[in-house]
Amino acid sequence: MTAYHRPTDLDAALRLLADTGATVAAGCTDLFPATDRRALPGPVLDITAIPALRGIVATPEGLRLGATTTWTDVIRADLPPAFDMLKEAAREVGSVQIQTAGTLAGNLCNASPAADGVPCLLALDAGVELASTTGTRRLPLSAFLTGPRQTARRPDELLAAIHIPAAATAGRSRFLKLGARKYLVISIAMVAARIATDAGRVTQAAIAVGACSATARRLPDLERALTGAPATALAAHVTEDRIAPALSPIDDIRADAAYRTHAAAELVRRALTDLSPQEAAA
Amino acid sequence: MNRPLGTLNLTINGTDHAIPADPGRRLSEVLREDLRLTGTKVGCDAGDCGACTVLIDGAPVCACLTPVAQAAGRRVTTVEGLPDAGFAPLQQSFLRHGAAQCGICTPGMLVAAAALLAANPAPTRAEAEEALGGVLCRCTGYAKIIDAVTSVGQADLPAPPPAGAAVGARIERLDGGPKVAGTERYGADLAPENALIVRAIRSPHHAARFTLGDTAAWAAAQPGPVLVFTAADIPGDNVFGTIPAFVDQPALAQSHVRMRGEAIAIVAADPGTIEAVDLDAFPVTWQPETPELDVTAARAGNLIHDNRPGNVLIAGKVHKGDPGAALAAASQTATARIETAYVEHAYIEPESGAAWMEGDTLVIEAGTQAPVMDRDDTARVLGLPPDRVRIIPAATGGGFGSKLDLSLQPLIGLVALKTGRPARMIYTRRESMASTTKRHPARMTGTAATDADGRITAMTFDGDFNTGAYASWGPTVAVRVPVHASGPYRVPNYHATARAVHTNGPSSGAFRGFGVPQAAILQETLFEDLALANAMDPLAFRRLNALQQGDATVCGQRPGGVGIADSLAALQPHWDAARARAAELNARSKTLRHGVGLASCWYGCGNTALPNPSTIRLGITPEGALRLHQGATDIGQGANTVITQICADALGLPVAAFGLVGPDTHLTPDCGKTSASRQTYVTGKAAEIAGRALRARLLTLTNSGEDAALALDGADIVARDAHGERRVRLSDLPPDAHGYAIAAEETYDPPTRALDENGQGEPYAVYGWGAQMAEVVVDMALGTVRVLRMTAAHDLGRVINPLLAEGQVEGGIAQGLGLALMEEYIPARTENLHDYLIPTTGDMPEIRSIFVEVADPEGPMGAKGLGEHVLIPTAPAILNAIRHASGARITRLPALPHRVLAAIRDAQA
Repeated sequence: MTAYHRPTDLDAALRLLADTGATVAAGCTDLFPATDRRALPGPVLDITAIPALRGIVATPEGLRLGATTTWTDVIRADLPPAFDMLKEAAREVGSVQIQTAGTLAGNLCNASPAADGVPCLLALDAGVELASTTGTRRLPLSAFLTGPRQTARRPDELLAAIHIPAAATAGRSRFLKLGARKYLVISIAMVAARIATDAGRVTQAAIAVGACSATARRLPDLERALTGAPATALAAHVTEDRIAPALSPIDDIRADAAYRTHAAAELVRRALTDLSPQEAAA
Repeated sequence: MNRPLGTLNLTINGTDHAIPADPGRRLSEVLREDLRLTGTKVGCDAGDCGACTVLIDGAPVCACLTPVAQAAGRRVTTVEGLPDAGFAPLQQSFLRHGAAQCGICTPGMLVAAAALLAANPAPTRAEAEEALGGVLCRCTGYAKIIDAVTSVGQADLPAPPPAGAAVGARIERLDGGPKVAGTERYGADLAPENALIVRAIRSPHHAARFTLGDTAAWAAAQPGPVLVFTAADIPGDNVFGTIPAFVDQPALAQSHVRMRGEAIAIVAADPGTIEAVDLDAFPVTWQPETPELDVTAARAGNLIHDNRPGNVLIAGKVHKGDPGAALAAASQTATARIETAYVEHAYIEPESGAAWMEGDTLVIEAGTQAPVMDRDDTARVLGLPPDRVRIIPAATGGGFGSKLDLSLQPLIGLVALKTGRPARMIYTRRESMASTTKRHPARMTGTAATDADGRITAMTFDGDFNTGAYASWGPTVAVRVPVHASGPYRVPNYHATARAVHTNGPSSGAFRGFGVPQAAILQETLFEDLALANAMDPLAFRRLNALQQGDATVCGQRPGGVGIADSLAALQPHWDAARARAAELNARSKTLRHGVGLASCWYGCGNTALPNPSTIRLGITPEGALRLHQGATDIGQGANTVITQICADALGLPVAAFGLVGPDTHLTPDCGKTSASRQTYVTGKAAEIAGRALRARLLTLTNSGEDAALALDGADIVARDAHGERRVRLSDLPPDAHGYAIAAEETYDPPTRALDENGQGEPYAVYGWGAQMAEVVVDMALGTVRVLRMTAAHDLGRVINPLLAEGQVEGGIAQGLGLALMEEYIPARTENLHDYLIPTTGDMPEIRSIFVEVADPEGPMGAKGLGEHVLIPTAPAILNAIRHASGARITRLPALPHRVLAAIRDAQA
């Protein structure tokens, strides 16, 4: 029997982590598939009994999404339209069963290039809160994800929460996922887009693409082109040269690289069409 | 703080359990092994299949992904708890709609549906599809499952049909009760006392030599007693295979592996020990060799088997007329080259079972499609006479051809035989996918031609079918393909060759259609080319060229009951409406283009010009119990029900009077393999003959005329006719050797005529026919394809059970859709159900089944086979619909979005 710890408060969890370097477990939807064994290989630190780590709360600086907040929690939460994309992504994570158990922080820590949550959280300017017995630090999500299956988390650190700054909770948003089947599918490409407007002009454009590079990426060239533009016909700004430089797609069993770049551009175009007022009304 | 977790308190279905549990164990494991709640099934241990779905505090989760610690103190509901939770009507609805076929996904489906219905008692189809999207089913195509979930409690079960009215009745499956209750016993559910757990050591290489190290020292270093068995321990011939002339596969490789996943040793230990055994450190030294993985390169490559030059296992050929001259004289010709992928059967139940000794008889209970073949092959490997091996087929959680072959039988048999202790084995999903057979990848070229009137004048076909490392059913594929590659059309000049070629890929074996689905893709692509070249409507082209009664096939046979023309005619109004609908929709959209395509099928039922008899025994005990020894393994397709329906009407007693004795090799005569769409026809015919024979005996016994109505009344057989009622007490008759007061046993073997050197002959006594029409929408910018509707017209000769026949059609279409659009097995890269994709609830179209009944003169009550036919036309119909929508002519399957987009661009170039 392996060591399995399930503390009920964060300090105990951080001490255990510092002492044991245990594998942090929450929804276990990535940990169990990685083993043929009948039990999780230990030592394991199960953080799902720590109430303070779960849930979405408003903070003075924006919103805090606790580490063990599940996809189902996100779907059911009362959130502004800027989070519609995250809810759309949540509904496309695996299946209902996976959404019940799987957590936002687990999705980030697993750091799959095809993680459904990452493009949305990038487009929400998310930061992560890393806690340890020596203190807490914050990193932008883009700095936290350092490569496929790689993060900046130290073994003694726990990803305790995800923070969304208040400014990024503005606007409307859309998530589109492309796969070879409807449910339980790993993306070929996916896009999260958030557009805030004021007086008919785009004030914020946050667009991210997943599964087309080692980690999901924002599209700064396109965002610059959109910012300040009239809030109509947004898709007209999409050109492959405003997208391709940010991406480094690979050939794999699901698609080839050239297709991924093309599909990413097409998905961005469609997401922006959905977010363009006059076309939405048409 | 850190809770003491020596004991966990679980509340399962309202009952509290205190479990001395390892908190990190999978909940599925605790439920199944500790609490013996085996209704929760395990298909993947990765959250990919949903078979293990349970509710925790009402919310669905995969029990395989849930550490038991997280279930402690919460309410867990499993399939066993559904009746008490108020969901018995849901279970009844599954039964009534035929929503359970093999039944392995049924508990997961039921539990996921219960979560939905608790929140939404009247869900729409879309809501049901979303709620069940996380549970995979490989049998049903989901339609009847969604029907069941969206109409709970809406209709009562119909009354069982009276005597003489069983055939044609839409009765629910006779073996369905345990499937919807979660009490069906599959191989993994068997846990004999004191059983050893068996695990295999398998090759990580496609091809390698290996030497074993000091296995005794390794075993001694493990935390408990561990037994190791290798090829040296096998007492008989260490070789098995499905076709005697080509037997070539070792149960445990000796020094050389020819494919990834091949077993080289097995390890057995007590349950408490096996988990701690470090299999990764098993002492073996590998010397990898350069594998042959490409079928074309393999023909000039290193020999996989020394006695098979050019790596050709066998070639099949059919030749008729003078195709060269006919092609030269043709008005239009078309040529195509098409390549298909390895396709995995992806049944939700990985191979599993148990073995034990009863006296000096080795008993093996495991899922299978071919119990007598299992018995004989296992006996050979273990050096036993066949009568010292008894095969009891466990409920089989999907087979589709792969469970015709041996898998774990010789391995667990060896352990039981050597130790005298029971042995259990459950393949992991990875192990199942890596080591068992696949559909043959095909690399095919062909040319076909018409005269100026659009009549087909000639066709040639040449295909290399990658048969992988071992023969399995490769010879059957090589023989069946040339016989069928013409499709059900008049092709007066024809030459077809198919080779089964070895590589170091996974062994390709039987998979629903034995290569014919691949050949149909090439043939129907060519015929689409020719229809377009002749500026003919694709359906009109096929109706013009369809075989008619009295026509000769490419083998020179003139089969009876030719139903292709009727099947195509049945599609005509649907075709006209769908083509008009597509044209209208396409006038309004450039990005989303609608298309309609079709394809046909024909398929010979039973072995190709080889004996394949079935024997049915039917008896009535002195106490008046009617027993049907039904040896056709029911892997979900419905043989238990359909064979009984046929027998019931032949005998003249109601289905409800029958008790089934299953296909246990010690109890039931051989009904052959569940394969080649032969059971309804061949075993059904044996059941019909046996039923009539027993009826004749009962009429004689009661001195009654042909038209007498029979009934069982306690221990009496009662015959009534216009002259009154006669009654005979069965217990007054001397029982026979099987204990029956009166019985009949009859054998039927299809009459065929061997193929000559040109493939001319009568390979099958009965054929089934059909045509399907696909309506698709293609996203021209992304290359994605959605199949909106399939209309399937199949000639069954006589529909024995419409409910089950629809289930076959819907399930076949699901597999054909997967073949067309998403399924591609790549060794070492897709050995799981998230990289290897099969359709989910959300991928399935609406399916309309149309049953055509052109009675077959040979089949029982006119019936023909159906099981394989139904997936043959699906992929080519979808591909032709993609082409109609987008212009894309797909030549490499599956039609993944990037391939479709590339083909669209080629078409536009």
